[in-house]
Amino acid sequence: MHNKTVSELKKDLKDKKISSLELTNHFIDRIKSIDPQLNSFVSLTEEYAIMQAKKIDSEIAKGSFRPLAGIPLAQKDIFCTKGIRTTCGSKMLENFISPYDATVVEKLNDAGMIIIGKTNMDEFAMGSSNETSYFGDVKNPWNTDYVPGGSSGGSAASVSARLIPCSTGTDTGGSIRQPASLTGVCGIKPTYGRVSRYGMIAFASSLDQAGVFTRTAEDCAILLTHISGYDPKDSTSSKKDTPDYEQECKRKFTNMTIGIPIEFLDGLDNKVREVFDENIKVLEKNGCKFKKISLKSSRLGVSAYQVVAPAECSSNLSRFDGVRFGHRAENVKSIDELYKKSRSEGFGQEVKRRILIGTYALSAGYYDAYYLKAQKIRKVISNEFAQAFKEVDLILGPTAPDCAFKIGEKTNDPIAMYLSDVFTVSTNLAGLPAMSLPMGFKDNLPLGLQIIGNHFDETKILSLAHHYQQITDWHTKKPKISGD
Amino acid sequence: MWESVIGLEIHVQLNTKSKIFSPASTDFGSSQNTQACAIDLGMPGVLPVLNEEAVIMAIKFGIAIGADILDDSIFARKNYFYPDLPKGYQISQFEIPIVSGGSMEITIDNKTKVVNITRAHLEEDAGKSIHDLYPNESAIDLNRAGTPLIEIVSEPEMENAAEAVQYLKNIHSLVRYLGISDGNMQEGSFRCDANVSLKKQGVDKLGTRAEIKNINSFKYVENAINHEIERQARILERGDKVIQETRLYDPSKNETRSMRSKVEANDYRYFPDPDLLPVCISQDLIKNIKSNMPELPSTKKIRFISQYGLSEYDTIILVSDRELSEYFENTLKTSDLNPKLVANWIITEVLALAKKTYLSVKDYPVLAEDLRYLLSNISDETISNKQAKEVLERMWNNNEKPRDIIENEGMKQISNIDELNKIVDNIIKNHYKSVEEYQSGKDKLLGFFVGQVMKATQGQANPKVINQILKEKLKK
Amino acid sequence: MNKETIIKISDLAKIDIKDSQIDDVLISLEKILNLVDEMNSVDTDSVTPMSHPLNLKQELRKDMVTASNERELFQKNNKYTDNGYYKVPKIID
Repeated sequence: MHNKTVSELKKDLKDKKISSLELTNHFIDRIKSIDPQLNSFVSLTEEYAIMQAKKIDSEIAKGSFRPLAGIPLAQKDIFCTKGIRTTCGSKMLENFISPYDATVVEKLNDAGMIIIGKTNMDEFAMGSSNETSYFGDVKNPWNTDYVPGGSSGGSAASVSARLIPCSTGTDTGGSIRQPASLTGVCGIKPTYGRVSRYGMIAFASSLDQAGVFTRTAEDCAILLTHISGYDPKDSTSSKKDTPDYEQECKRKFTNMTIGIPIEFLDGLDNKVREVFDENIKVLEKNGCKFKKISLKSSRLGVSAYQVVAPAECSSNLSRFDGVRFGHRAENVKSIDELYKKSRSEGFGQEVKRRILIGTYALSAGYYDAYYLKAQKIRKVISNEFAQAFKEVDLILGPTAPDCAFKIGEKTNDPIAMYLSDVFTVSTNLAGLPAMSLPMGFKDNLPLGLQIIGNHFDETKILSLAHHYQQITDWHTKKPKISGD
Repeated sequence: MWESVIGLEIHVQLNTKSKIFSPASTDFGSSQNTQACAIDLGMPGVLPVLNEEAVIMAIKFGIAIGADILDDSIFARKNYFYPDLPKGYQISQFEIPIVSGGSMEITIDNKTKVVNITRAHLEEDAGKSIHDLYPNESAIDLNRAGTPLIEIVSEPEMENAAEAVQYLKNIHSLVRYLGISDGNMQEGSFRCDANVSLKKQGVDKLGTRAEIKNINSFKYVENAINHEIERQARILERGDKVIQETRLYDPSKNETRSMRSKVEANDYRYFPDPDLLPVCISQDLIKNIKSNMPELPSTKKIRFISQYGLSEYDTIILVSDRELSEYFENTLKTSDLNPKLVANWIITEVLALAKKTYLSVKDYPVLAEDLRYLLSNISDETISNKQAKEVLERMWNNNEKPRDIIENEGMKQISNIDELNKIVDNIIKNHYKSVEEYQSGKDKLLGFFVGQVMKATQGQANPKVINQILKEKLKK
Repeated sequence: MNKETIIKISDLAKIDIKDSQIDDVLISLEKILNLVDEMNSVDTDSVTPMSHPLNLKQELRKDMVTASNERELFQKNNKYTDNGYYKVPKIID
C-alpha cells in the first residue's frame, strides 16, 4: 500500500478499493514502527488524521469526491496548522499551537488530504543537513549514518522511506531540491510567487517558496496544481492562472533545447559527473538537444545568498521576542533581559549566527557594501538566467555537488555546509522554478538531477521530468530499511 | 543673539475602517487586544497587504499641499525592539515616500509665510505600553498596532513657537477638510514631534537639534518649543554644546527631559520590506482623486470674502474648521439672511456656547436650520436681539426648538402700527401731565413713555416702532 | 570586524553572547564575510539592485474589516497575560 503513488492512491480511493481510514491507519502504523530510526517527524497528528479520514470516507460514501480525497500527507513543520503544534524545528516554538492555517495547508485540506504529521526540519529552515533541528537529526533512509539534506530533511526522508506518499517543503536556497537529491525523491520548488507564502514561517521572504516532495514527477504535478495560485493574503503571490500541471506534463513530449551550464560541471565530483553524463546521453537518444551555456556569476550565488538570506531573517525573526508567543525566559528583571534571554535560549547556534550576520549586513555603514551589493549581484545572476532562457527551454545540471555526507561531517564548517547549496541558490535569487529528481547513485546513495526553468515554466520542467521517468526507473528504487 | 529654527514631524492617524496592513478594525477605545488580529500581533507566517484607502488618503494630502505623488514608492522595515512593536520592526517608508515636496501657507498678524514640506510617508502605528497598571510590569495593548499613519515632515523653516503652532493648526485643519483624519489630539490621532535648534543670528549653518517627542496639544507644542529654546539658549550662553538627543515634554512640569535610555545607539537597519512591493500609482487614479477633492481652506477663504463680503478676520475663524464653515453655510442656505449677521452670531454667540460646553461642531445641539430660523426672526424683527440670545441659550442647553420657545413664551415683538397706536393713545391720555412736561422740553421723558408701552405689552413691543409713534404723537 | 562590533550587533539583535564565546563567534562570522567578499570580484556600479524576483506591483486591499476578536485564542497558551493585556517587565524610560 505504501509503495503506491499519489496518482495510484487517488484512483484506488475513487474506485473504493481502499478507504481513507485504512490508508491513514496504515501510514500511522508504518511511521510508528519505522520513524524511530529516521526521526523524520516532529509531531504525529493521529487523532486528527483519523477524524479527518472518517469524514472523507463518509463524503466518498455519499458520492462526493474532493480532488485529493483521503490521501495522507505530511506537512513540513514550517507551515502553520490551526490547533496543531507548529515548531519550525526550534525550541522557540516548541509549544506553539498555531491559531490559523497557512494557505498551503488550507488548500490541501480543502482538496481532501489528510495531515498525518508535521515533519522535522532544520531550525527555521536554516541548514542543509537537518542537523540544526532542536528535535534532533533526521537520518537518511539510504544509510542512517548520513544526513538527508535540509532544510526539509524530514519531508524528504519520510517520502523516501515510504512513510508517507507525499509531503510539503519550502525552499529558500535549495531546501527542497537538495534533500530530494540526497534521499532519492522528487522535489519541486516552483517560481517565486506561484504558491502563497501566507502561514509559512518566514526565513528569507524574497527567496522562500513552498513546494512538494513525491516519488514521481506526475505526483509533483498533481500536488503543485492544488497548492498554486494567487492569494490575496500574500502581496508577493502571482495572479497568473494555474495550469493543470498533471494534464500538461503528460501531454505528448515535445523536443526541447536544454542548456548545460559549464560552471556546474567545472571541478565536479567524478562519479557525479559520470552519472550526469550518462543521463544526458539517455535524454539525447530520446530527442533532447543539449547546448553548453555559461552562467558565470552563478558561482557568486552562495555569497549573495549569505547576505540576503541572513539580512531578511534577522528582521523576520525579531518577532520572536518572548512577549506574545514562543519561548519566554523565566525570572527576568528588565525588558532587555527578557528579549536577550528568551532569544538566546530559544534559538540554536546556526540561527543566531545568521541573525548576527544579517544584522551586521544591514547596519549603518555596511548596508551598501553588503546588502545592496548582494541585491546587485542578484540582478546580475538573474540577468544571466534571462539571457540563457532566450536560447534554451530548460537548464539541466546536478542538484548538489555530491551525494549525502555523514552526520557530523560538516557541522563545524558552516562554509562547507553553505557550499552544498552552490547549484541551488541562484535559482532562488532569480525566483526561478526548479526541480530535483533521482538520476542514479554514488556509493549506494542517491544523486539528483536538477531541472531549472524560466519563470512560470513549471509545465516544461514537469514535462521533461515525467518523460524522463517514462524511460528510466531511478525513481522506483527504494531504500532498504531495517524492519521494513 | 540666537535664532531658533524649528521643524515639525506630524503623525496623522488616517481614519480608514481597517488597518493599513490587516483587516482588523481601527476603532478607538475597544477592550485591550480585541482589535489586534494575527497580522497585527506579528504571528509567525503572517503577511501584510496594503489598504487601498490609506494610499488614496495619502495621495489626497499630497495633492492638497501641491506635492509630487511618487509612483513606485517603497515600504521599508525600521528595525528595533520594543514591546508595543510586535514584529520587531515598523513598516514605514524610507528612501521613496509616497508624497514628496509641497508646502503650507501660514498667516500670523497679517503676515503670510510659506513653510515647505519635505515629504509625507505612510507607515503603521505601534501599540501602547501602559506602565501604571501593575506594580512590576508594563501592560501591552496592541489594538492601535497597524493603524495607518502619514508622517508629515516639514523643512526646518519655522522661526518661533507661534509659527510652528500655526503650521500645525493649518495641517490639522487640512486633514480634517480632506476627511482623512478625525484629528483628535486627546485620542492621539494627531501627534507632533518638534525639532528645535538654535543658531547665531545671521549664520546659515544650523545648530545641533533636539527632538521633542509626542506632543499632543497645540498649547503643549508652544510651551515645549519655548521651553526648549530657553534651555538651549542657556546652554549656548554658558559656552556649552547642545547634544543631539530625543527629549520628552512633561506638561505637568512644563519642561523637557532627556530620553537617552530609549535611543542609545539606535541603528534602525532600514531595508525594503520583502513582503511588500512597489506601490504603483496611475495618473488615472490621481486624476480621479483630484476631481473628487473637497474645497480646501485656502480656496474657501477667498470665496467667503468675495461671496459673502465677510472680513478676513471672521473668515479665518470660520474656515479654520471645515465643519464650522459648513455650519455657517448651512445656516445661510436658501435664506436671505445677511451673511454678516450669521457670521457674527456664530463667532460671538455660538462659539462662546460651544467653548463653555466643550462641544465640537458635529455635536452642536443647535442645528444649522434651527439657528437659521432664529436669526430670521431677528431679521424680520419678530424678536429682539436680547430675546434671541435667551432663545439660543435655551436651544443650546435644553435642546428646545426656536419656534416652540418663541411661540410658547409669546415672545413675538408687536410691530403692528394700529395696535401700537391704540396703546400709545391710551398712555398719552392717562399721563397728560407728563405729556405737558415733555412738550415743554423735558426730552428725557420719552424713555418713560417707552417703558409704559413695554409694560402694557409685556415687553413685546418693537422698540423701534414705539419710538417712531411716540415721537410723532407727542409732537405739539 | 572586531569584538566591539560583535557586542554592538548582538545588542541590536538582542542575542546574548557570553564573553567566552565572542572569539568563536567572531571567527565564524569573519569566515562568512570572507565568502561574501567574493562578490567584490564583479563590478556592479551600473546595476540596479533587485529586491524582488518578479517585477510585480503591490496589490491593494479594499478597506474592509473582516477580522474579528480572537484574543482568547491568541492568548490561550501565554501565561504572561492578564485581563487581555500582554505583560512584560516594567519598562522604565
